[in-house]
Parts: sequence; structure tokens; C-alpha cells
Amino acid sequence: MLHIKCPHCGLRSQNEFSYGGDATVKRPELNKEVSDKDWDNFVYLRKSPRGKHLELWQHISGCRQWIKVERDTLTHEIFKTLKANEEV
Amino acid sequence: MSEKFRLDKGGLINRNKKISFKFNGKKYSGYEGDTLASALIANGVHLVGRSFKYHRPRGFFGAGVDEPYAIVQMNRNNEVDPNVRATEQELFEGLEAKSVNCWPNVDFDIGAINNFLGKFFPAGFYYKTFMWPKSFWYKVYEPIIRKAAGFGAASIKHDKERYEHKYEYCDLLITGSGPSGLASAYAAAKNGAKVILAEDKSRFGGSLLTSEVTIGNQNGKEWAEKIITELKSMPNVIVKNRSQVFGYYDHNMLVMSERVSDHLPKTEKYTPKQRLWYIRAKEVIISSGSIERPLVFGNNDTPGVMLSSAAKEYLKVYGVLVGKKPLVFTNNDSGYETAIEFKKNGIDPIVLDTRKNPNSEIIKEAKDLNINIKFSYVVVAAKGYKKVKSADIAKISDDKKKLSNIENIGCDCICVSGFWTPTIHLASQSGNKTKFKDEIDAFIPSQSKQKETTLGSANGIFTLEETLKTSFEKGSELSKQITNKENKIAVPAVVEKKSSNHDKFWCVPLPERKNYKRFLDFQNDVSVSDIQLALREGYRSIEHVKRYTTLGMATDQGRTSNLNGLQLVSDIENKVVPQVGHTTFRPPYSPVSIGAIVGREIGKHSKPTRKSPMHYWHEKNNAVFVDAGVWLRPRYYKQGNENLFEASKREAKNVRQNVGVCDVTTLGKIDIKGPDSAEFLNRVYTNAWLKLPVGKARYGVMLREDGIVMDDGTTTRISENHYHMTTTTAQAANVLSHLEYYLQLVWPELNVNVVSSTEQWAGAAIAGPKSRDVLQKLFPKLDVSNNGLPFMGYMEGNLFGVNAKIFRISFSGELAYEVNVESDNGNFMWEKIIEIGKEFNIQPYGTEALSTLRIEMGHVAGSELDGRTIPYDNSLEGLVSKKKDFIGKRSLIKAAYVSPDRQKIVGVVPLDKKTTIPEGSYIVKDAKAKLPNPKLGHVSASCWSVEYDNPFSLAIIKDGKNMIGQKLFALSPLKNKTIPVEIVSSHYVDPKGERVRS
Ligand SMILES: [Zn+2]
Repeated sequence: MLHIKCPHCGLRSQNEFSYGGDATVKRPELNKEVSDKDWDNFVYLRKSPRGKHLELWQHISGCRQWIKVERDTLTHEIFKTLKANEEV
Repeated sequence: MSEKFRLDKGGLINRNKKISFKFNGKKYSGYEGDTLASALIANGVHLVGRSFKYHRPRGFFGAGVDEPYAIVQMNRNNEVDPNVRATEQELFEGLEAKSVNCWPNVDFDIGAINNFLGKFFPAGFYYKTFMWPKSFWYKVYEPIIRKAAGFGAASIKHDKERYEHKYEYCDLLITGSGPSGLASAYAAAKNGAKVILAEDKSRFGGSLLTSEVTIGNQNGKEWAEKIITELKSMPNVIVKNRSQVFGYYDHNMLVMSERVSDHLPKTEKYTPKQRLWYIRAKEVIISSGSIERPLVFGNNDTPGVMLSSAAKEYLKVYGVLVGKKPLVFTNNDSGYETAIEFKKNGIDPIVLDTRKNPNSEIIKEAKDLNINIKFSYVVVAAKGYKKVKSADIAKISDDKKKLSNIENIGCDCICVSGFWTPTIHLASQSGNKTKFKDEIDAFIPSQSKQKETTLGSANGIFTLEETLKTSFEKGSELSKQITNKENKIAVPAVVEKKSSNHDKFWCVPLPERKNYKRFLDFQNDVSVSDIQLALREGYRSIEHVKRYTTLGMATDQGRTSNLNGLQLVSDIENKVVPQVGHTTFRPPYSPVSIGAIVGREIGKHSKPTRKSPMHYWHEKNNAVFVDAGVWLRPRYYKQGNENLFEASKREAKNVRQNVGVCDVTTLGKIDIKGPDSAEFLNRVYTNAWLKLPVGKARYGVMLREDGIVMDDGTTTRISENHYHMTTTTAQAANVLSHLEYYLQLVWPELNVNVVSSTEQWAGAAIAGPKSRDVLQKLFPKLDVSNNGLPFMGYMEGNLFGVNAKIFRISFSGELAYEVNVESDNGNFMWEKIIEIGKEFNIQPYGTEALSTLRIEMGHVAGSELDGRTIPYDNSLEGLVSKKKDFIGKRSLIKAAYVSPDRQKIVGVVPLDKKTTIPEGSYIVKDAKAKLPNPKLGHVSASCWSVEYDNPFSLAIIKDGKNMIGQKLFALSPLKNKTIPVEIVSSHYVDPKGERVRS
């Protein structure tokens, strides 16, 4: 079970969080033309990297904040955690 | 039967307390402090089971977790417990156990014929033999294998025992209370660290209980007792026996199983049978010790052949002789300790040492005691079927290839020692890659991936002096980093015997023209010839050899067998062991009962049960409840002998004719506040929200980004910047996370806050043509006329002193209102509604009637919004704005979504107007078409229409728009039904929606 440091609450066990996928995906802006390819990329296509991955987690049984977690998908090492508005 | 093999004195058992127990129906006696194994051996019982594949007789091989085959089935307090090691099961008054893997009994086992048919059961026999013919697999092979496989049978009854889970945090977790565990725990505890010391056995001390050493001015056992007593008295230390740390998971999370009550006749009140500990440790010290390595020779699985360390433990801890004519077969000095122990107790052992000319203190001591020692000697084969009766022994050449002077000597047990294997399972599980240490011919941990340190013999250090020194140091160093305190401890002086080198020899060659089975893996019956065969057939990788032969795949995780297997592969392949490598160790280190893993999360405890504030009223009024997610909701209110069908029909009819009331507390509710709330809702929902006036509600549909409908519900503008959103019961939590995602990550510039308010409100839906009359009487001062409170209107009122929110919304398609009050007032509101509604013939209705009402109106719910449908499919396209952008809009122009024959919701009526169509039925054009019959879609929901008094269903079918009026078929292969149907509009009742506006 992972030990994730919520930037708002501190170190908590994984079972307080829910996983939210790739944190680097940016939603296309509203009311802007988006090509089919770009939209499909946004909705469906995700990389599945072996190694470092910046991902979203929500502290669902805690402060309910969405946070960013930089994690190694192979070793589960967590390098850093960030608030939603922080960049790596 | 008397205990013929119990010494008159000695051991750590309590001789003042005799205990009687039963094994295979026969009565025996032992002492408090015995294990089932030590008590049986004391009684001369060595035959305990049959082996896995060949059903060969099996006895005891070890004295604890090292035991590969003395597995029994326990019957404790009328509960069956399979797969219990007799060497770990402590004796208690009235214990009952029996042998496993034998039929009809352990003395005469029909499966033993496999032993004589051995050539038909070679390595990979599952893969080879049973592949063909295919039809034989299900009818013949599988049932036989199912019956023959496994150790013991699980009970099919509900386990009445209680199991618990516990979470704990500590600075240092120390796994094992031998010398390294005690020393490191003591040093860390003295530095003020929070320490958990876990010991698998009931007694603390590990090897100190059986070794002849002096620490300071005490013998090893006394020193261990002193340290444990002091640790137990310290508030920063948790000391646990009968507790096996079996798994090392991510981020220093370890799991330990504590056998709280297994050593007692029955579990006491308020204590669990077992407790599973989830421990998050800042640092882990692995002090799990080492296990003696077996030697491989003919029939080395015969009962009476056992590890020499086990024989010594039975002597020193339990005062039990494993035999009276022992043969000790060793490649190192450890065997001598056992031989000396026998000699001291008046038994004359014979020692066979594979080494030519070894010299050490302990060998000299053995010689001085006149112990018969034969150097360059080996056991070729054990003789005897159910118990060792003699052994063929031989002189072995210096190159270990040739046997000579083969002779048969009498003996009743063979104690083997092939040197020591560090227990590296936890280190390996933690991600430590491990390395091969030549001097000890075994793997030890190398580079740590997590915060773990392995000490003592688990780390390949076999002298007590070095073990204590490094353990005190490491315990102090690791704890100092955490507590910033240091309490210097002087390392006590140690007196121990120095050992000479072990012999790098484990597998005795077969004599000419003999074909003895030489076992490597005792639990899975893997022998030398199986490995040889696998290699001949081209298996090279040790992982493949393991799977093909099942070497090391049994519940003992290859603890005793792995290295001998690797050694053999490397000898045949002419490689060194590190090139062969070892297979991956995975948790659990030793079997954990399913009950402990599940803990308290069983039955009703597997998830919380949520009840509305009106629950007890429903109960008192004969509600029959149904699980709705985690909620309990009334399904119907039973009157007299009514069944579900009759009751729900009555309730639904009463809504259409008079008025009904339904508990809708379970609906998800989200409070939305902030100046940008309208803009936010406008982006979340598919329809327009910017112009919704204060005091008005609106129905909305929200999508996922892929265009699929996520949820629907009404949202009401309470005041300028305050909205009250409702969601379906099932999606409440997901919708909240969804909103938070967009507010926190995508549009952080929007000034909006959301919070769940589901628990704050109790809700009652009052529905039916007479609902306005009821509402007027509930709120006599309010104008609730069609003008005063129009459809989708909202107002606040005072319900006999209680604040209430009134929404004119409808799910049933009738004139209807929803009243919300604070949860604490829910029951008060409900009783008032029932009381006031009496004169209008009000009746409560449950979820079944609720479904009927919405289905015949064509209102979609969870069974249509099933994560596969877009707004068009549910005829919700009218709610999709063409002007503004919203979540998921860009996906709606996908080719499949705009295809002219896109699926759409329709109504389905059986032609006979009698047969209810099972939910999930296929809709097809031709009922007799060849399979697979192309399906147009499926029936999502069915009911008995109370409006028309015939069955009615909703279905989502291909080109639904153009299917109205067609005669098709509903097929339910599950219910074996073919029903001719007509497709009609999904709005079966009141298609224009006049009633809700009346
Ligand atoms: Zn948090």
C-alpha cells in the first residue's frame, strides 16, 4: 500500500486516495475549435510509461483535494507531491 | 498410550500440566507448552500424512515454520481449520486433528498407488498427461485431480470466528526475536524509538533457546529472557509472539498475522481468533534467522528423516527424543550439536560426516564423548516404509562421485544437516535483489530498495559474537536517526564454539542399479529425476523449471528445498548457482487464513449500511427493504398476504389515482455556492443554466468528456449565488469528485465551492393528483396553487415549526412535490404527511412502485444511463444546447454518435399483453434466425403498467426512432423465453406531460 504525502494533510495511506490518471493531460479550452485528432488524444489516448509518471490523485477520504503525484510506475517510488495549482 | 519418547526431565514445557488430545480419533497426552508435533513424537507417532503427488507416508521434518509436510486438519470448537502445520499448532486440552491427503486413512491410502505408477507422473505431468483427449479433462481427470490435490478441505460452513484488522505505525519493526532481533530491538528501544518486535513462535529467543552459548555471565536462554522482560516493560515497545510478518509491501508497509487464539481450546469473548496487522514502519530490521538445509539421498522423505536442528529443538525445548537409535548425517558442524545433545541424554548416535578430515572444537568434544563418527560417509538411502528402520550407508570418494562399502545399519531416525539457508523472503519481497555468498553457498540480501536492514544469520552471519555486535550497532544507528537520542550500550562478551567449514556437497549419487526417489521439494513431491527430466526437455530458466516441475511452489515457498534445487540445476548445467539465480519470493511467507485477510469486512459488515431518518417508521409499517447502493430503501409496504407484485401494483395505482409518498432521502445532494456557480453549471450540464431565475429548478443532464451520459437530476437556484443540486443515489460520490476535478484542476479561476449535503436533508416525494391538497394542508399559509408554485418552482415554508424546502418536481410523471427538511426532522415530517394525507387516501410507496411509475412515463434512470448511452439514445437530445460549450460536447459529433440508425429508447409491449419481458432480453427481428442472432438492442427495464394493466418495458434498440409500430421479438435465453412484442413510444403514459403541469 502506497504512502502518499498529501500537500495539505501530510503522509496518508493509499486507501484514503483515489487515482485520477495522467496529470499532464490538458483539457482543450472551451468554445475553441479542436481537431478530431486532438480531441481523441485528450479523451482516449494515454501513455503508459514505465518509470516516472506525473499523475493525479484525489484525497477522497481526507481534504478532498486533487493533488499531483510524481511516481515511478515500476518501483512505486514517489518523488514528490504537489498541490493542484503547482507545476513540477 | 504412554509417552515413550519423552525424557524424564528437561525442556521448556510445563510438566505440571498434562493435556489430552486426539489425533486421527486416537487419544494421546502431552504437556502444556507442547506443539501437536512434539506431543505426537513423544508418543512415538511419526506418520502424520501422505505426500501431495505420490501419497507417500510423511512424518515430521522440521519443528516450526520450516515444516514442509506435517500438515493437519484441525477441528477446534466445531470449526474446521485446514492446512495447519502440526509443528506450529500449540497443544491445548481437547485438541482434535486429523491427517490430510489420504483416503481412506493415513495407514492405508489408496492414492499411494501413484507411488508405484511413478513413471506416469513425471515432471510436467499435468501438462502432458491430461491434455488429450479434451473431453476427458472435464469428466475424468479434473474431478480426480480436484479430489487428490491440496492439503485438507475447507469448511463450507460460515466461519463463526471473529478476525480483526489493526493498523499500526512505528519507528522500527523487527521481525524475529533471535539474538539479532533482541539486540537491535533493545538498542533501538533504549534510544527511545517506537519499536514493534514480532516473533512467529510462542517463545521468544530463536536460536538462543537451543544453542550452547554464554552472553555476559548468562547462558543464551537466560539472556534472551532478561532482554524480553525489559522490552515488555518499556512503554515505547510492542512485543508480540505468535505473530508472523508475512508480507513486505510498498513504502515500508508490512503485514503481520497474529494467531491470537489458535493455541486456546476456544476463542474468548471480545478477542479475535486472529488479528491482521498493517504496520507502516520507518525502518525494518529483518532478523528472521536461517533454516537448516536438507541433504538429498534415497527415500529422504521417509518418516523419521528430519532436520538435525529440529531434532535438537525437540530435545531441548520439549524434552522429546525423535528416536532412540539416531543417525546424524551432516556436511558441517551443526550435526554434532544434535549428536552431543543425544549423547548427553543417554542415547548413542552415529554421525556420518561427508567431510574427509574436519577439525574443530565441537568435533573434538564429540570425539571426547566417544560418539561414533564416520568421516567421508553418506546415507545412500533410508529404509522402511512408514518409519525409518535402517539406512544404507556408504563411503564416498573424495570427488564425491563414487560410493563404496555399502552396508545397512539399523536406526530409527536420520537427522540431516546440509548447513544453513538465510531466510531472505522479506528482504526479497521488499525489492532487494539479493546476492550469492560463496562461503555459505546461499543467497543473502544486497542492495536495499526500501528502508530495510537484514541482520544476523538471515544476513549470512553465523557467529553469535558478530551477530550481537552488528545488531546492537544497527539498532542504535537506525533509531538514532529517528529519535536523535543515543544511549550507548556495551556489547556483552560472548562464549561460543568456533566452527570448521561446511562441505559443498548436498546430493548423494545413486548407487548402481538403484533408482531411489531423492526428494528436493518435500511438499510438492519434486525429486532429482524430475529436475533432470525438465532440463533434458529443454527448460533452462529457473523460473520455467519451477513452473514445469512445481519446485518451490507449495505453501512452504521452497523454504527447505530451493537451494538444493538450484544447486542441482547448476551442477547439471555446469553453471554456478548465482548464474542460475533464484525464483521470486512472493508474499505470504507462510499461509494466512482467508478469515484473517477478510477481517471484519464480511456479510453486513462488508460495507456500511445507510438508513434514512424515516427508516424505523418504514420498519414498523411492514416495509420490505432492498439494497440501493449502500442504502436500505423500502421496496414495498406489505399489506396482509400481498406479494411484491401485488403490493407494488397497489402502491403505484394509488399514486396515479390519489396520492402517495416516497422516501427520497437517498438522492445525492450537493450544495453549490459562489458568484460563478451559474457559469459552472452551464459548463457541467448539457442545457442552458445562465438564465435560471432564483426560486426555480431545472432538470439537467451531465456528460463525461467522451459524450456518455454520466448522471441526471434537478438543480434549484436557492438564491443568487446558491444552488442545490440533486444526483442519482448511485452516482452521488462520483458526481461530487467530477465537480471537484473541474473546479480544482481545469477551471480554478471559477469562484465556486461544492460540498455534499446528502446527509443534511431528509426528503419525501408526494405524488399524485391529490398531492396539492396534501401540500396545502401541510403549509396552510403558502400559496401552492399552480400559479403560486408552478411546475419546477421552489419555495421555502414552515412545516409545523420546522423549516422546509419545497420543490415542485416529478419523477412519477404525476403532479408531485418534494419536501426536504433537516435530517433530524425527517421522521416528524413523514408522520405529518401520513397523518394529513389520510383523508386523501395517501399510501407510502417503495422503490418497486417508483420504478413502475417512471418506466411507464419513459423517464430514464440508472438502467438506461448505464455508462454506454449518449443523450440521443435516451431521447434527451432536446436538452443538448447547440449554442454553448459544455463537458463532453465535442464528442457528440463522432460518426457513431450521429449515425442515422443510432440506437434509441423505445417502449416494448408484449403482443399477448400478459407476458412480462425479463430485463436484459434481446430484441431481434427474427426469433428463429441462425445463431448468433443479430440483436437490435436490449430491454433495460420492465414493469406492469398500472395505467393500461399490461406489461410494459423500455428498450434501447438500433434505429429505435424508425422502429415504432414494428412487430419484433424479445429473447431471453436465460429464462428460455421468446416473446412476440410491439415497439411503441417510450412515453407510454401522458406523452405530452400534461399531468406534471396540472
Ligand atoms: Zn489531504
